[in-house]
Amino acid sequence: MAARFDASVSPPRDAYERKRLAEVGPESWNNPEPSAPCQLVIVGAGSAGLAAADVAAALGVRVAVIERHLIGGTCFNTGCVPSKALLRTAAVYAEMRHAEHYGARAPATVEVDFAAAMTRLRRIRSHLTHSTSVRHLVASGVDVFFGNTQFTGPDSLTVNGQPLQFGKALIATGARPQMPDIPGLRQAGFLTNATVFDIAELPPRLLVIGGGPLGCEAAQAFGRFGAKVTIVQDMPLFLPHEERDAAQTLSEAFARDGIEVRLNTHVVAVRVEGGEKVVELVSDDYHSTIRVDAILVGVGRQPNVQGLALEAAGVDYDEAAGIAVNDHLRSSNPRIFAAGDVCLEAKFTDIAEESARLAVRNALLGGRERLSERIVPWCTYTDPEIAHVGLYVREANARGIPIKTYTLPMHQVDRAITDGEQEGFVKLHVSEGSDHILGATIVSRDAGDMISQVTLAMVAGVGLRTLAKVIHAYPTKTEAIREAAMAYNRTRLTPRVLARLRRKLAP
Amino acid sequence: MPTLCSLPDDAMLDRLQRAAFGYFTETMNPRNGLIPDTSRPKSPVSIAVVGFALSCYPVAVARGWIARAEAVRRSLLALRFFHASDQSGSPTATGYKGFYYHFLDIDSGARMWRSELSMIDSALLIAGMLTAATWFDADSADEAELRELADALYRRVDWRWSQDDARTIYQGWKPESGYLHYGWEGYSEAIVLYALALGSPTHPVSTDCYAGWVSTYQWENLYGQDFLYAGPLFVHHYSQAWIDLRGIRDPFMREKRSDYFENSRRAVLVQSRYAELNPREFAGYDRNCWGLSACDGPTDEQVETSHEPRRLFGYAARGVPYGPDDGTLSPPAVLTSLPFAPELALVALRNMLMRHPGILTDDRLATSFNASVTDHAGRVWISPGHYGLDQGMVCMMIENHRSGLLWHCLRRCAPLVRGLRLAGFAGGWLDANDGGVC
Repeated sequence: MAARFDASVSPPRDAYERKRLAEVGPESWNNPEPSAPCQLVIVGAGSAGLAAADVAAALGVRVAVIERHLIGGTCFNTGCVPSKALLRTAAVYAEMRHAEHYGARAPATVEVDFAAAMTRLRRIRSHLTHSTSVRHLVASGVDVFFGNTQFTGPDSLTVNGQPLQFGKALIATGARPQMPDIPGLRQAGFLTNATVFDIAELPPRLLVIGGGPLGCEAAQAFGRFGAKVTIVQDMPLFLPHEERDAAQTLSEAFARDGIEVRLNTHVVAVRVEGGEKVVELVSDDYHSTIRVDAILVGVGRQPNVQGLALEAAGVDYDEAAGIAVNDHLRSSNPRIFAAGDVCLEAKFTDIAEESARLAVRNALLGGRERLSERIVPWCTYTDPEIAHVGLYVREANARGIPIKTYTLPMHQVDRAITDGEQEGFVKLHVSEGSDHILGATIVSRDAGDMISQVTLAMVAGVGLRTLAKVIHAYPTKTEAIREAAMAYNRTRLTPRVLARLRRKLAP
Repeated sequence: MPTLCSLPDDAMLDRLQRAAFGYFTETMNPRNGLIPDTSRPKSPVSIAVVGFALSCYPVAVARGWIARAEAVRRSLLALRFFHASDQSGSPTATGYKGFYYHFLDIDSGARMWRSELSMIDSALLIAGMLTAATWFDADSADEAELRELADALYRRVDWRWSQDDARTIYQGWKPESGYLHYGWEGYSEAIVLYALALGSPTHPVSTDCYAGWVSTYQWENLYGQDFLYAGPLFVHHYSQAWIDLRGIRDPFMREKRSDYFENSRRAVLVQSRYAELNPREFAGYDRNCWGLSACDGPTDEQVETSHEPRRLFGYAARGVPYGPDDGTLSPPAVLTSLPFAPELALVALRNMLMRHPGILTDDRLATSFNASVTDHAGRVWISPGHYGLDQGMVCMMIENHRSGLLWHCLRRCAPLVRGLRLAGFAGGWLDANDGGVC
């Protein structure tokens, strides 16, 4: 089996790839000649860099963007976009296999066309270049440079040796996959998010190292394509930052998809035997060995701070935590700001973009906006999805904030039942004794979309009393949010209140 | 003999309780007082089950089922065994630092199944020892020896070591790999563990340890009930087999204006509602047929299912509403809800007994059944044999419901009371209690 597996990671240079690369990283690009100092230079054209360029261009300032590799960065090229495209195809195969659950006849055999899934991925990624491209940037008045950036002073840098003066700078160089220190891993070869979307063939047996968002999404997707997936996590639960109950629901979903789950387990060594990757695992005192065709590493991301000569600009940084910024996203050099994965612990596209917009306004308009005041949701796109906004219960407890949770299991929601998607829940966390929303976690197939209603309520300062008045089209899964809010209203009907009502309503 | 279901409540409970106690007398190793985990062949000893046995002997004496001297003799057998046991912490020892491995060989007392040195199971064993020491208060040589041994065994437990440098107590330790990865976090059956660990006169845990445990509590409104969430029923029961948590409150429960006893009652209401909603559409679930808890269950290897293929979990801590749930219910978990919600528990138990008479063998309850899983003859899956944990909990909780014997006994256990106070418990009997005899 292993001998037949094509482990190459070079994507076919089809029309889709040619178009994408021409749009986001043209080979014959000539950097412009800087005629005057830029008011803002943005280092990195990933999610944060592009959002920053958009704001700066709209403000009419002279702005330059420098990209080392491809416009769009991780999210567009090797992250959110390709992974969501792949997850969608994987979900179709899962539904085909479980068709009887929906009252439909399952095909006698489900044959997976992995190449077709990858072609669709490339087509979608190529299609989306209409808003993520050099052309788009240039059209909005941005000077685009490709090359390596090195700071040469507090207000100067070079791009491939070409000097550039700036008034303000924003560093948005993102992050790269973190490499676990496992003997033999490098020699055996492994995949990361940077390469997994370019594989030519579905690995029959895949080991996923890491139970964070990337590892969980990939494990489920490849499992649904038919790979025999084992996921190894060195902690007691998946998604350690999320609520226990969310992780529990995910564990059950993994089991249903036939994924072998190894929690509390460390990978201690990898070697190659007869073309197979032989992986040694240890859980407490239990040693085991598994043989796989490919290994995907998703143990976290490391900020891209190397090679920038940040010392020359007086920008403080740490190899693990990235560029040191204050709540206004200003670095130790008051001219230089940072945004996105290179400086933030939460490495999500939405936070990267919002932090970039905020940093640009603070840099160019002298604003004093604080990132901590932003209410930012995030989502892990497993099936079911796991979305969160605001405080977790453990954070509230740690801060001494009395907190109460209104929980509505999805099996109490008519539309979830008709859709055969009862697993999951809506949890609204409020300040005890009030209807003030502190945070929420939603686990549902559409949790990423549903969480926006709670985010909106939090941004608008709307409490559960108002949420309970919001009429939802029937039947929809977002009714769960209203039902949870109505549960709050019912707790206001204390025995004393009810007695008063009864007296008032008595004939 | 009339069927159980035809008897009035108290007569039915008496027979169930006596049969549950009979597990200990029937299965005890007469050479060392150790009790097996289950009635199945070659079962190892579960140290927690020994703790339950030690707690049930006073009940049996009070009920006239065995003589006081016989109860003391049985208790002394176990206490002398543990006192003399190998505490080197080697892979084949019995224990380390005053704790014990979860499973032991019933003859040699050596560790079995490469099990962990278990903090919670050791605590349940120690709770049983202290129960015996508190109840057997006569001025006789045997009872004096019993009290001295229990005191020595409690004093030698190094609770502080079980915390290491963490904020909470670790769940276990293995000689091959050290502490297990995880500590006691989130609401669980561990109140008795923390109370004993805090009240230790020799090696107490740090005073902020209990707050560390509480910091991961979740206070939820679910199915119209405000309660401290925990999915499986046994979590809401175990500590209250010994500790009377009616009307006494720690800072968390004071803030929520509730107590753990009331919380367990609400947990029953949540279970009943979940079973009524029956989201996974299992056979037999309804408002009077519930009981998701830690118990044995069918596995894919054992049976064919009567429904679409589902994943079966074997022995697992089943819970509501997030699962795991494979259609397996635990009648003993329903019966041990008796003190908290007597009407609901009795109706549900009678309902189960009438539907599935096979869950009862000589008045003793099987740990679980699964009506969604049937064999070729259409018979519902029922866990074979009996589990000592169930029998201990049934015996103790029926007694607490009937007389409160164990609750009143442990109110006089000084270190437990001290531990509760150090955890921040106050109010009710705790304020009126001026110390114990232990």
